[in-house]
This record gives sequence, structure tokens and C-alpha cells, in this order.
Amino acid sequence: MGILAKERDIVVPGEILATGMDFLPAGGAYRDKEDIIASQVGMIQIDNRLVRVVPLSGRYASKRGDTIIGKVTDITFSGWIIDIGCAKDAMLGLKDATSEFIERGADLTQYFNIGDIIVAKIFNVTRVKSADLTTKGPGLMKLTRGRLIDIQSTKVPRVIGKQGSMIMMIKDMTNTRITVGQNGKVHILAQDPEMELIAVEVIKMIEANAHKHGLTEIVKKFLDDKLKGKNISIDKTKAIVLEKKPILKNGEENV
Amino acid sequence: MYKKRFDGRKFDEMRPMEAKVGVVKRADGSAMFRIGKTIAIAAVYGPRELHPKFLQNPEEGVLRCNYNMMAFSGSGERIKPGPSRRSKEISHITEKALLPVLNLKEFPGTVIDVFIELIQTDAGTRCAGITAAAMALADAGFIMKDLVSAISIGIIDNQIVIDVDKEEEDYEDGMCDMPMAFMPKAGEVTLLQCDGFTNKEQLKKALEMGKEACRKIYEIQKTALKNKYKVEE
Repeated sequence: MGILAKERDIVVPGEILATGMDFLPAGGAYRDKEDIIASQVGMIQIDNRLVRVVPLSGRYASKRGDTIIGKVTDITFSGWIIDIGCAKDAMLGLKDATSEFIERGADLTQYFNIGDIIVAKIFNVTRVKSADLTTKGPGLMKLTRGRLIDIQSTKVPRVIGKQGSMIMMIKDMTNTRITVGQNGKVHILAQDPEMELIAVEVIKMIEANAHKHGLTEIVKKFLDDKLKGKNISIDKTKAIVLEKKPILKNGEENV
Repeated sequence: MYKKRFDGRKFDEMRPMEAKVGVVKRADGSAMFRIGKTIAIAAVYGPRELHPKFLQNPEEGVLRCNYNMMAFSGSGERIKPGPSRRSKEISHITEKALLPVLNLKEFPGTVIDVFIELIQTDAGTRCAGITAAAMALADAGFIMKDLVSAISIGIIDNQIVIDVDKEEEDYEDGMCDMPMAFMPKAGEVTLLQCDGFTNKEQLKKALEMGKEACRKIYEIQKTALKNKYKVEE
């Protein structure tokens, strides 16, 4: 009876985590008679009676309410097909793209063209696990400049940190504007290209060390070292602004 | 009577083993497994959209395994590249051996590709392939009931031997070759083939010895998977 694994241990499928009915299996674990068994490679997390395995790898699985960054791969009669790095392509319907009225037979490329990068929100996941997206909402828009990098989607919570603490720190120290998609796509926008590169480096570093304890300290030290001797005058008046326009039509002036 | 093994091992002793996870960086999951002179590398890609579309299953995902022996892998004879009758069979049984641990209901209409390459062979290749593939799937972050470990069992002159090598496989008076795959926690056999003659008692005993060997392999798989995330203090 009792718990057999320690908090933050790495476990593999088939490993017994706890025995007895005092514990309940949560994500990444299942019950077989008396035992709670891991069903995923991951880090164990014990929350009172709940035993959970936090995955360390794996492709992104779309979840309702997630904000993601995707790429337009095709245009159909009823909307746009978006690649969000998940097994199934996502769909952005006409009426979810804009509050504007779109006439029948209108040229849809003037809203989003093939190859455009967009920030969108998943508002529904269908029975066949394909996601329905919306670009109506605060912060949801087409991205026109900046840098887009890929990280593993399982590492996203670490990049964001508790209540966004990690990402806030990176933003403040490098004076960049960062959007993190739950699907592991990170968009970085900076005035100073050097700062942009440092932000990329930091995020890659977090990805590589995501399973380590005390990550915030490691990142802080890393950033301090990187920024040492660099004359960064954070000019708040020159803060990057990327105001959201409802839709950037082609021909219209980009930010 | 087969009293002493050619390479001096005990009858239930396996060749030295080695496992490593994450050997193919661009894959979603990958693993290497070596047993004696047999080396298997497995890489997993997916879940991803399955084309052509008629192969898709709207109810659940499809597992697609591909077993391949490299041209230079064998005894010196060049192995003809491309699919053969034998490699197709092994690909198929590998799929069947891995399916019981996976939950494909989560990925309707998609495919999970498992590529198994044997860069060096000395018998027991399908078992090494399955063992590596199970690790690669776990590394790719799939929800798995259990891991799968596999070993080949041989019966030579009424003597049961574990982990047959090429020399024993080519034993002049013939032998019975039995590859098996096993889920160590669930205690279920997911693959059992038999090429040769045996009897009920012998088969029972051979299975018990095989399970014991698979449990040892499981420990090696476990260590390899954990080592990937080891934090050096």
C-alpha cells in the first residue's frame, strides 16, 4: 500500500506508481486492480490523492480553448485550412474569421492568403479530432513580421511559467514581444535583432532543460550572462506596438 | 545432445545488450537496441494524415511498421534492398505485436509510421526490432498500456536455449526457432511464432524462460528511456 514513486521521478509505461485504493490515476496513468500504472513516459506529479504523469514528448493534440499559431495551407469555399502541427489540419470557417460580412463568391485571399501565419483560438474539436478555429477575439490576428520558431508542445507550459512568470521575464529583459502558441509555435518580435536572437536562444534553452528543477533561476542567470555588457536602454517610448487590426486586407498598409 | 553453446553462454543467458533512446533527432521518437551483434534502429513518425485516403480508418488510427535489413547488414552476402516476402511478413507481425499496447482510438484517420532498420544482423532481428520499436513509441510520447519486449527462443537437440545467434540458428541437425514478444507488466504474450518441432511440455517451459528473459529486457528498456531525461547533478 502506498506510493512507490517519488514526485518528479521519470517513469515509463508499465511502471507501478502506487498501490491501493487511496490513490486515483489522472492523465498518463491508469488503474489495474490495486495498482496505478504509468501509461506514458513522463514526470510524475502527486497532487493529494491524484497521481499524474506529465508527458515530456509527443505531438500536439488539439484542445478546446487553446490559442495556437498556424499556417494557412489551403482555401476552400467555406473557409481556410490551417496547419497547426497536429495530426489533423484545422479549419477556419468564414463566419469565425471576421465579423465583417463576406459576400458570396468573394476573394478570400484578401483576408488570409496561403502561407499566412495566424494566431487563432480553438473553439471546438470535432469527433474526428480536427480543430475548428476562430480569429475573432483579443490578440487573435495575422502575423506580418517577426520570427517564428518551433518548440515541442509539451514544453510550452515551462516556457510560459506559472501565471506567465517565465515569459514575462524574457519579454521584460529582452524588450521583445512574444506570442506562445499551445501547439509549440513561438512568435518573437523585437526592435533590436540582437535581442530577438537572445530571446530565441533562451526559449531553446528552456526547451532543452524543461524537466529540470529550479528552471527560473537557470534562465535568469542565462539571461543576465547574455545581457551583460550589452547596452540595452529599454526605451519605453519606443515599445513595440502591434495593434490589432480586424483584418489586414492586401493592399492595405501593413503595420 | 547440445551440451555447450557455441559461444559458451549458459542456456538461459542472453547476449550483451545495449539500448539508447533518441538516436534519430528529427523523428518524433526513436531508439536503438543491440543484442550481441544484432543492432536495430527504430524511428516513429506521427500521428500524421494517412494518404491515400482510402486507407484511412475514421474510427481509429493505423499503425504501419516497416522492417528492413540493410544491404550490408548480413554475413557478407549483399542483401537485396526493397521489400521481400520475408520482410513483409515481419513488418506485419511487428504491427500485431505492438498493437495491444497502443490506444489508436485517439487518432482517427491518421497513421503512425514505425521504421525499423537493421544495420547489423546476427539472428533475432525481429525481436530486436520489436524491442526497439516499443521504446521508440514510448519516446514519441504515446499513451501505452505497457512496453513490449521480445526475445527469440530456440530448441536445439531437445535443449531450450534463450536468444539464438546465427551459428545456432544454422545448427546442422535442425532446430526449432520461436520468437516471442511479451508485455512484462500485463503478462501477456503479443507474438509467438514457431518454426520447427516441439511438444507441449517443452513449449510451456520455453515460454516461461522466454518471459523471464523479456522481463530482463524490460529493465534495459526502462533504464534507456529514463536516461534520456537524466539530470546530471
